[in-house]
Amino acid sequence: MKEWGYSILKGRQIDFENNDFSISRFVELHEPSFSWCIGCGSCTATCSAAKFTDFNPRKVNLLIQRGEIKGIEDEIAKCMLCGKCQLVCPRGINTRNVVQNIKRAISKSYAL
Amino acid sequence: MSENKQHIIIIGGGPAGLEAASKLGSAGYRVTLFEKEEQTGGKLRTWYKLYPGFRLAEEVQDFLANEIKINVPEIFSNAEVVNIIPDNKYHTVVLADGRSFIADAVLIATGFELFKGEKKEEYGYRIYDNVITSADLEKKLRLGQPLTTANGQTPARIGLIHCVGSRDKKVGNVYCSRLCCITGVKQAIEIKHHLPKAEVFNFYMDMRMFGQNFEELYIEAQQKWGITFIRGRVSEVAENIDGSLQLKAEDTLSGRPIKMNFDLVVLLVGMVPADRTEAIGKSANLGFTSGSFLASADAQIKPNETNTPGIFVTGTCKEPLSVGETLSDARSAAVRIISWLREKREIN
Amino acid sequence: MHFNLFVIPFMAGMIALLILLAFRYSQWLSNLETGDWRKIGSNLFTLKTIYAFREIFMESLIHRKVFKVNPLLGYMHMSLAFGWFMLIVVGKFEAFYYTGKFANEFYYPIFFRFFEQTPHLSTTLLNFNASMDLILLVVLSGIVVAILKRFRPGMTGMKKITRHSVGDRLALSSLWMIFPLRLLAESTTAGFTGNGSFLTQPIGNFLNIFLPLQSISMVFWWMYSLALGAFMVSIPFSRYMHIPTELLLILLRNWGLKTNDNFTGFSEIEVQSCSRCGICIDTCQMNSQGKNATTQMVYFLRDYRYDQLKPDLSDNCLLCGRCTQACPVGIDLTQQRVLQRKKMTFPQSAQFKYLPVNQDIDKTEVVYFAGCMSHLSPNISLSMEKIFKADSVKYLFMDRDGSVCCGRPLKLSGQFEAAKQLVENNRQQIIASGAKTLVTSCPICYKSFKEDYNLKIRVLHHSEYLPELISQKKIKVLPTGKQVVFHDPCELGRGSGIYEQPRNLLKKFTDLRPLSQEKSDSLCCGGSLGNLSMDTEERCAIQKATADYLNSGNPEFIATSCPMCKKSIGQFSVAPVKDIAELVAANLVKIGQENHKLLKYRKLQDAMDIQ
Repeated sequence: MKEWGYSILKGRQIDFENNDFSISRFVELHEPSFSWCIGCGSCTATCSAAKFTDFNPRKVNLLIQRGEIKGIEDEIAKCMLCGKCQLVCPRGINTRNVVQNIKRAISKSYAL
Repeated sequence: MSENKQHIIIIGGGPAGLEAASKLGSAGYRVTLFEKEEQTGGKLRTWYKLYPGFRLAEEVQDFLANEIKINVPEIFSNAEVVNIIPDNKYHTVVLADGRSFIADAVLIATGFELFKGEKKEEYGYRIYDNVITSADLEKKLRLGQPLTTANGQTPARIGLIHCVGSRDKKVGNVYCSRLCCITGVKQAIEIKHHLPKAEVFNFYMDMRMFGQNFEELYIEAQQKWGITFIRGRVSEVAENIDGSLQLKAEDTLSGRPIKMNFDLVVLLVGMVPADRTEAIGKSANLGFTSGSFLASADAQIKPNETNTPGIFVTGTCKEPLSVGETLSDARSAAVRIISWLREKREIN
Repeated sequence: MHFNLFVIPFMAGMIALLILLAFRYSQWLSNLETGDWRKIGSNLFTLKTIYAFREIFMESLIHRKVFKVNPLLGYMHMSLAFGWFMLIVVGKFEAFYYTGKFANEFYYPIFFRFFEQTPHLSTTLLNFNASMDLILLVVLSGIVVAILKRFRPGMTGMKKITRHSVGDRLALSSLWMIFPLRLLAESTTAGFTGNGSFLTQPIGNFLNIFLPLQSISMVFWWMYSLALGAFMVSIPFSRYMHIPTELLLILLRNWGLKTNDNFTGFSEIEVQSCSRCGICIDTCQMNSQGKNATTQMVYFLRDYRYDQLKPDLSDNCLLCGRCTQACPVGIDLTQQRVLQRKKMTFPQSAQFKYLPVNQDIDKTEVVYFAGCMSHLSPNISLSMEKIFKADSVKYLFMDRDGSVCCGRPLKLSGQFEAAKQLVENNRQQIIASGAKTLVTSCPICYKSFKEDYNLKIRVLHHSEYLPELISQKKIKVLPTGKQVVFHDPCELGRGSGIYEQPRNLLKKFTDLRPLSQEKSDSLCCGGSLGNLSMDTEERCAIQKATADYLNSGNPEFIATSCPMCKKSIGQFSVAPVKDIAELVAANLVKIGQENHKLLKYRKLQDAMDIQ
């Protein structure tokens, strides 16, 4: 069938049904606090790496939870693991372990 | 005073304690109220105007004082209660000076304290001169002091930080203090009342505008006063060489970190239980909420009862409440105490 | 020629053990680094070897360190180890004296009472005989304590005992059997021959009343030999491998070997030397204050040995170093954990090319590096700046605007390569500043600068720098008389051995009170970056317990010298928690002229104190 009418621009929407939740599931299994984020942004505000680059830990977390994992490897590589985000997080998220497990999940999927 | 009159002791002479005392007094009970300070009135005495209608806190204070004058003859000031010894028939209330009193029912209305801003050192309270708390701002407004920076300049840009000491696991307070949001809106407008040219920014996580006319005031703040609300929790405040302050947050709606300079920063400090509440509660075997407030026996149907019969709670010692909510809660407590005392008398 | 068939199990076990040991030892030794061999070569014929043997005697036989932990536990270990050792030595000399030959069959002294059944007549031999019985009695008393400890650990001061594997259980059962069987074998023989002494003879005489000892005793000699053989064979497959391995460890350690950033043969020897005594479980605050008694070093090393180590276990450790301090074997446990994390890390996926490199800057005297955590307790760096200004030294504040990590957190997580990138970037910056001194406020950064940066300039934590300024009369501090206790940060104290400098500094202007647990024995604040997986609740439990402990004597201030400790303890402390830099800055008097800003600052601090 030929394309006709107004179809939604691909990539514009979060395609929840077809997204990849493998990283999200892996991280949540090993660090349940991963999904407690309320998006206050303190982590990004204090983030050492976010001062020099467009790294945004809040967004990385959220995107993985939505299954939007494209380019996540390059993003998470910017983290220095200094732990400031963990100190400011009002929800008590174990942010450093979230980062570790995201990296673990990525390397696992590469190994497969 | 006749001997067969049932006796109620109220601990705390803030709005909750005063309102319950006058209602119980007018119902004919013998009421004794202990206030740890020189004067009754509690934190209401430290506030200037009340949201959402900007009425003077003083007016409510006068209302309470008048009521109490008529209905409650026995008020002990400078009387700090240290513990309660619960018993089947009578409860004993012990004061710091060693005196003790017995009562058929005890109503705890010890109220709240404000979260100590310096506990969040990254916000620089008591380190940087131009970081103040919402209580400091109220004091300035009440005393009619000009809103200036520490060195007497008129601030051109003022920032208000929400959720200081509330919804923060790192300081042990996971609960929401509920009223800082509306206080932030109210104070932002009050700042504009005094300094129409100043830019005012509120940094928030969520705006919780649950009360009557709260949302309307939020809209007024944006539409009439041009106040800006930035969704992002401030991570730290730093001082510039000229004494102005730099705030760091993430502007989460644009998804980028933001740094801004301010001449004055107001911390909207949350509510925590008053210092003595924990000791009194423990002595009477009461339960506590996650935030160490006194727990009601049942949130829906027994809001003023506790798990110890004859010991009741009201006001902000059990949860963060506005002045209006506090007075309603005190009346609810009074009604429940009256019915409970009747049941007790009938059994005996 | 003395021989009987029953010696075969013992001899077979012994030979199997020696072969296995030789095989393992050569494997480990072949994995030593070249530098290690050089060290061994240059230290072999020095006093160090004698020290090593002294240490072997004190630790492996007497168990001095275990005694310090608990006297009964120490007695248990000593009676077994030293007692057994003495049985062998005295037995050897007894056989030597009896036969007049030093060289006998290997098993002859061990089964001496089987082979020589004629009762002794000479006083010397009678004394030998009595000594052997006495030593056996001591060993047996140790076995009794060991059995009781299995069922009631609290008696020996142990709250938790370690769980056992199959090999462990076989070894343990045979070990427990050896000495009672020896007693029975010797007693039953003595019963019909009269060759026993004060212990074995009465028992033998008693048993002789109703048992046909002449036929029964042979059964016990067989069982004794079998138990010995079984124990020998199970050693390499059980926790008891630590016994022969520890001897090697002590020698190598005395020759200067240690575990560094690579896992070498020496590291393997360290791992295999763990006796699984479980002392590390009790010293661990995650156990005593938290709720976790499953990830401590003893379990970590066990899982490693059985090749079952998982990241979740490996990551759950504060790396505070309390267990390393307490370990009776002296294993560098903290470093072992870091090296295993390094082994388990994912393909390196970190890159910090975005970091700026500013080489073109004015040369300075001092570089100040506050550290990431200091940005969240800004009064520390603010105080340091006041002090630098009071001293009028030329300084640069390296991370004033943006905190950059020193690299240690990555290293502690096992990502050595990623950490190196940060180290290199920071190193370039520090060198470019031309500074002669690097001062930091963060003990984590300090350890990193000291150990990983290879800087040719002085690296000081402010706990070292501030007393230096005072003794050089560059700054002056007013005495306050305030009662203070000092909390040792892990990385500064146990990590870097800095205990006295901050104390001497505080003594100059405060009333410093001692604590029962301080210096190498101090508690961790619970905030440590070493632990990746501990949840916030458990962290808070440790933070609160440590804060309560520090507040127990009602001090006016709790002093520390780490931004992380300050924050961790501060949220649960009654007394205000201050960094020593803050205390110095608050009580600073400028030499010469009055400084208004400082006075104002002082007033502000006083206002805080009243609060």
